[in-house]
Amino acid sequence: MADVPHTGADFVAPAEVEDVELYHAKSWITKYVFCQDAKVIAIQYAITATAIGLVALVLSWIMRLQLGFPDTFDFIDATDYYQYITMHGMIMVIYLLTALFLGGFGNYLIPLMVGARDMVFPYANMLSYWIYLLAVLVLTSSFFVPGGATGAGWTLYPPQAILSGTPGQEWGIVLMLVSLILFIIGFTMGGLNYVVTVLQGRTRGMTLMRLPLTIWGIFVATILALLAFPALLVGAVMMLFDRLLETSFFMPSIVEFGEQLSYGGGSPILFQHLFWFFGHPEVYIVALPAFGIVSDLLSVHARKNIFGYRMMVWAIVAIGGLSFVVWAHHMYVSGMNPYFGFFFATTTLIIAIPTALKVYNWVLTLWRGNIHLTIPMLFAIGFIVTFLNGGITGLFLGNVVVDVPLSDTMFVVAHFHMVMGVAPILVVFGAIYHWYPKMTGRLLNNGMGHFHFWVTFLGAYLIYFPMHYLGFLGVPRRYFTIDDTSFIPDSAESLNAFITVAALIVGFAQIVFLFNLVWSLKKGKESGPNPWDATTLEWQTETTPPGHGNFGPNLPVVYRWAYDYSVPGAKEDFIPQNVPSGQSG
Amino acid sequence: MNFFRQIVQKPWVPVVATADELIEGREFPDPPIRIGLRVFLGVVTVIFSLLVISYFGRMAYNDWRAFPEPWLLWLNTALLISSSVAFHQSLSAIRRGKPDRVKDGLLFGGLLATCFLVGQLLIWQQMVASGFYAEANPANAFFFVLTGLHALHLLGGLVAWGKTGAKLLAGMESDKLRQSLELAALYWDYLLLIWLVLFGLLIFT
Repeated sequence: MADVPHTGADFVAPAEVEDVELYHAKSWITKYVFCQDAKVIAIQYAITATAIGLVALVLSWIMRLQLGFPDTFDFIDATDYYQYITMHGMIMVIYLLTALFLGGFGNYLIPLMVGARDMVFPYANMLSYWIYLLAVLVLTSSFFVPGGATGAGWTLYPPQAILSGTPGQEWGIVLMLVSLILFIIGFTMGGLNYVVTVLQGRTRGMTLMRLPLTIWGIFVATILALLAFPALLVGAVMMLFDRLLETSFFMPSIVEFGEQLSYGGGSPILFQHLFWFFGHPEVYIVALPAFGIVSDLLSVHARKNIFGYRMMVWAIVAIGGLSFVVWAHHMYVSGMNPYFGFFFATTTLIIAIPTALKVYNWVLTLWRGNIHLTIPMLFAIGFIVTFLNGGITGLFLGNVVVDVPLSDTMFVVAHFHMVMGVAPILVVFGAIYHWYPKMTGRLLNNGMGHFHFWVTFLGAYLIYFPMHYLGFLGVPRRYFTIDDTSFIPDSAESLNAFITVAALIVGFAQIVFLFNLVWSLKKGKESGPNPWDATTLEWQTETTPPGHGNFGPNLPVVYRWAYDYSVPGAKEDFIPQNVPSGQSG
Repeated sequence: MNFFRQIVQKPWVPVVATADELIEGREFPDPPIRIGLRVFLGVVTVIFSLLVISYFGRMAYNDWRAFPEPWLLWLNTALLISSSVAFHQSLSAIRRGKPDRVKDGLLFGGLLATCFLVGQLLIWQQMVASGFYAEANPANAFFFVLTGLHALHLLGGLVAWGKTGAKLLAGMESDKLRQSLELAALYWDYLLLIWLVLFGLLIFT
């Protein structure tokens, strides 16, 4: 991109930016606990999400121990296994990834990147976090109630979710549903903030098309979440009625242990529609912020403007829209009219077009760039490769005839872990390495970072590539043990053991990462205000970490887009968004 | 805001960049709270739309037994309409510069809405007393879910109503009070609209 010429008459004085009234904390409690500053709320979200995410990580280790070495560990029985599988899935998808991307990165980055002092509704923002924490506590408490946590699987399909043969039928399922309802209420409070701050809180000159793609990703993902979570809310409320009042929204006539239950006429398929009307957009609620963040990481660390900025924005919007018309591809095996199957298979394949466009643009951003193989860049490249792998297997599964035989196998587990587990979490890590210096004023340790990246990246492939193969062999998912199943060769057992060892090693690497986070707080190299020479507004704050109100006495004025890297004729290889053109060359 | 016109702009083109600098950050002239309320009402719309779709889906099964509509539903609907009218009177009073009449409208609006809630509770009691339990039939269950969620929506409105009333009593300046009343009126109109849809659904199906 060429530098934009301006005359003196174009200059708009910072004083003309309308300022806002800020809430100022009066005590330690309101500054650090019940705080209304989005940056503190972001860190609260991040710490809580990481803590509950660690629980889910440990649960996955226990499941892998069972799968890799069946009948070896006495402390794992079938009931535990189903409880762990359910809690692992729900925690990772909702309480970790959604909360971290939107509550964590959204809160930290939106005000800073759009040039605002804070979110537009700081009080609601604070409530959002505390309700989220309550949701997490309610969920966690289900481990300790009679019957334990629910073992219904993370999709909570009725009727089995509330039948007595399912673990956690007494209290676990109730607490899970209550926790989800709380999460959605809390998220809605936060989500209103994210959307309205992007729409109404931007500084002068920050047009929509000057927003960094990180903000576009978070913005569209939040809109998706605001529209999709209501489906989960409705499903959860109706299922609570079925469980507690014995209504029959989802419960059909059913005989349990020889006894006719009072339920009758309900539709389990209706729940599946509601669940997946939320569930598929949820994939993009996690993926879109990752798409946005990785675009910015690539551009900054390749010292090159993002390739096809407008197309990237359009693709984010298009993917967001299309994500609402593909949900039933999760239900091929539930049975449906073949025309519906055709429709949903077609829309699923269509969504691959804007997604592929993004992948091409990321690769073209790297093309002839001045690539710095920093830790954030390694994670960003790792994401592209992983997302591509996971996305391609998604194309397989989007087709009805391929999905039906593979649907209940480990192939699906491998697919969705690659595409919405490993890929987004690689971006989370990249983003933390990238923005940690802004949050703390220090860089994360590079050596530990390299160890973390290579073990996580290669380890993830050692876990999930063989898992695809197990799926092809017909190894079923969800099973506690497969014992001697005639069509599964003994080699599958060895492969399962190998995967378990790889999973334990990758888990260990995360402990190194957590250690690095703590260690670098005091011992990390000082970063200065803008260690990556980035253009976006969060790197142009008066202090690092940014103080309350973000930007000192005057809000910045934006004169250019977010991707002025390696501009011909410029003094440096980057021009911050708040630098008028007369001062750039 | 013309969203589609904006997203075809090329931010790197000089003439666009020069024009962009003069653009204020906000997308709409309305204050953020009004935009926030509209977004929230959008979320509420999705919730009730999904419930209505589920209602029609569930109706198709042969165990659906419509229940006799309580006459109180009509009275409650009249109460909610009156409540909305009272809010508008309050709003119109502040617009015409008659602050003394604002209090009456606000007070009546809130009281009528509270009466609506009490009326809904009475209907629930009547239904249970007549054996129309939630578990007895899906039509009953939907009645309790739909009216229950609407009542929660209304309770949220009453909290906002209480805050606006407190501002009024504290002698808040009329511009800010007017903004609060505009928001309350918008919220109440929307509550009424949703209720009319639900009412029609319960009466005609």
